[in-house]
Amino acid sequence: MYEKAVAFGLAIGATINLTSVFDRKNYFYPDSPKGYQITQLETPIVVGGSVDIILKDGSVKTIQVTRAHLEEDAGKSMHEDYHGKTGIDLNRAGTPLLEIVSEPDMRSAEEAVAYARYIHQLVTYLGVSDGDMSQGSLRCDANVSIRPMGTEAMGTRTETKNVNSFRFLERAINHEVERQIAVLESGGRIRQETRLYDSDKDETRPMRSKETATDYRYFPEPDLLPIHITQDYIETVRQQMPELPEAKIQRFVRDYDLNEADAEVLASTVALADYFETVARVGGDAKLAANWVRVELLGQMNRDSLTPSAESLSAISLSANALGMLLARIKDGTISGKIAKTVFAALWHGEATDPDTYIATQGLTQVSNSNELIPIVDSVIENNPQQAAQYREGKTKLIGFFVGQVMRQTAGKANPQQVSDLVQQRLLD
Amino acid sequence: MSDLHHKTISQLLRDLDNKAFSSVELTAHYLDRIERLDPAINSYITVLREPALARAAAMDVARQKGTHPPLAGIPIAHKDIICTQGVRTSAGSRMLDNFIAPYNATLVEQLNDAGVVTLGKTNMDEFAMGSSNENSYYGPVNNPWRADRVPGGSSGGSAASLAAGLCTAATGTDTGGSIRQPAAFCGITGLKPTYGRVSRWGVIAYASSLDQAGPMAQTAEDAAHLLQAMAGFDHRDSTSINQPVPDYLAQINGSIKGLKIGICTEYFDAGLDDDIRTAVMAAAKTLESMGAILSEVSLPNTQHAIPAYYVIAPAECSSNLSRYDGVRFGYRCADPESIEDLYKRSRSEGFGREVKSRIMVGTFALSAGRIFTPSPSTSRVSQPSRYRQVKARVYPSAYNLSVAISMKAVCSKWPITSSKHRTGTLNVPTTANNQEIHHARLGNRHRSGDPYPAQDQIENIFGCQHRLRCGAQYASLRH
Repeated sequence: MYEKAVAFGLAIGATINLTSVFDRKNYFYPDSPKGYQITQLETPIVVGGSVDIILKDGSVKTIQVTRAHLEEDAGKSMHEDYHGKTGIDLNRAGTPLLEIVSEPDMRSAEEAVAYARYIHQLVTYLGVSDGDMSQGSLRCDANVSIRPMGTEAMGTRTETKNVNSFRFLERAINHEVERQIAVLESGGRIRQETRLYDSDKDETRPMRSKETATDYRYFPEPDLLPIHITQDYIETVRQQMPELPEAKIQRFVRDYDLNEADAEVLASTVALADYFETVARVGGDAKLAANWVRVELLGQMNRDSLTPSAESLSAISLSANALGMLLARIKDGTISGKIAKTVFAALWHGEATDPDTYIATQGLTQVSNSNELIPIVDSVIENNPQQAAQYREGKTKLIGFFVGQVMRQTAGKANPQQVSDLVQQRLLD
Repeated sequence: MSDLHHKTISQLLRDLDNKAFSSVELTAHYLDRIERLDPAINSYITVLREPALARAAAMDVARQKGTHPPLAGIPIAHKDIICTQGVRTSAGSRMLDNFIAPYNATLVEQLNDAGVVTLGKTNMDEFAMGSSNENSYYGPVNNPWRADRVPGGSSGGSAASLAAGLCTAATGTDTGGSIRQPAAFCGITGLKPTYGRVSRWGVIAYASSLDQAGPMAQTAEDAAHLLQAMAGFDHRDSTSINQPVPDYLAQINGSIKGLKIGICTEYFDAGLDDDIRTAVMAAAKTLESMGAILSEVSLPNTQHAIPAYYVIAPAECSSNLSRYDGVRFGYRCADPESIEDLYKRSRSEGFGREVKSRIMVGTFALSAGRIFTPSPSTSRVSQPSRYRQVKARVYPSAYNLSVAISMKAVCSKWPITSSKHRTGTLNVPTTANNQEIHHARLGNRHRSGDPYPAQDQIENIFGCQHRLRCGAQYASLRH
């Protein structure tokens, strides 16, 4: 369990505490079945570290991480569906989680979301979490305070809990900022409290006050021994760490000659990056693979409301291997790019699994034999004498018209470049 | 057949092998005795007549086939704080009067694997809090030796049922003397194994850093039979220690020649009755005559052990007992008006007086600015370290001593408690003996329970086998 915490700490350049101790935090609440939570108060396993986030204007900002500690999850209170009562789902109670605490370094909802996205990507890369926010595998508590421009001291903060998507995080923070401004401008004061974000109403509302400090009666957890980690162990974890996002992006740019933007998209999840690399390897053309994965695959997934997670990429009908084979057929001239999109759709919808079989059975092989194409080209020219004349007078844009006609007659199976060459050749003859 | 209950486990195993009687006959003998005699003693909370007889029959079949485990057909009892699947496990409390354990404690599984028959669940002080067995929701246990004496506690039911011949052996748990003190009061043999030796999984927690289950039996050899089955690493209890379990029985009749027995001078200071002092010293001399080497040692922080115990144990219990809130299992008050009301009344009505008192003491001790914590103005970061400082201040010399002489200080105690009735000092004054035992136990716990001991130290610390051997040898001479 703590191997993942150590890996996270190493990834953000933090100090790993060689000895870390578990403590008990005592409180009564229905979602806490033991009446206490096992956490790490004094000696968290990860201390310090930082992450660099990239903002929309392209600038880089460093966010300091205070600490990351291991604790057990509580149950989940469910306020809906119980006719005014509260249900408790205890299935996740007692499962370990890593709580990552940042310094108050973010100055806007945008920065907070960029930070959260970075953490999300990192922990999914490291296998710390599957990152499924809708299932609570990664959750954010947003602490928000405001202060007049030019002043130093931070204002009183509120903590907004249970924000389960990046979109909601942005909205919850913006809402909270506006609420706090309104409170202060009307002469009120901000109460230190925990608030709950209600995504249906797009508002935060108070959950419990933190002004009267709760005494959690912390003491060392007697059922768990302290964790002792050796430097050797840390080195072992470091050596076994997977390639991290930035390294992967740089490698994609370097090895596949991709531009930075494509590389970032393709490296957004480990699963997508692996998918892309398989397509590139099987297809034999990294740039073509990058283009197809980014435009066709992600476009299709987006239309189907799928994110490129490991789960959805393994669930879709179109395997990376099949897509790679499809691209290989474009590359060797068997089919045109246009036909490839038809095959792609068939593979996507599960109508076929093997592109070669599908191309063969559907008769989609590109007509690249000049002897077959020349009569078609000639008949198109013959049937459109006016356009032919205009072309010969210099209106060369009309080449597209002729190519289009030929393509229509061949049901798209002709190689457009070859058709274009032939049209020119026959028109000028 | 009428004297079966005088036989030790070792004797019974030989008789069962020789088909002198069956496990069903043996079990029925105990069940009949319980039915006849226990109403006056109240040592059992639950008697499992039918399941016990069925289990005994199964063990008889196994024995006939020759495929039986080592303790096949031996009827024992479990303290009612130890979870037994499908059977009420009450911890002597109204709070758990309706609690049917959904699983077996690891030690129950281990003993079942060894073939024992479970006669029932024994009475105890509520949640193991008490030294007289008067704090039970199921009524007090009477000492079989003299009706006007308490049997000791908290494992008073196990000790009394053994003394009355209502089981061959029983399990107990010991946090601050709860095996050893009732063993002494009832004249039987009890051993608190080194902390970590027996899994606590499925043993309802009182004070996690001190709790340890152990055997209670007629003789050291019988205790060794039980411990052999109970001891061992359990991945479900992270404080259980992964060390090889010695063969306790192989060493049980070995010589104690050359064994160093520490005698802690502080234990013999104020508050100890003369007859106890005399008996202990006589026992020490006896052991010396058998070849042991007596060595006087000093544990200067002994005086802090009891205050520390009464901070640490209630503090942990206040947290451990938070789970009994009326929400998921156990006692729930009638018609709660709110969640707050549910908590308050379920706990007020479900817990007895002593338990509530310790929860309050522990909650107070853990509160900010109290014993475990610096004032609220100080950084909260220092709270746990302060807690450790309390322990460290109390125990350093005990730690050093235990590493140096390890089990020997305890050695001198154990056989004496085991032989109280034979030496005629059965009814010891409660406080003196109790405190003395607390000291011994706390020192013992600390050196074993501390997470930092080096491997070679642990080897010395896990000295249960020496204690058992010592006890067996002492008893053999007294017979």
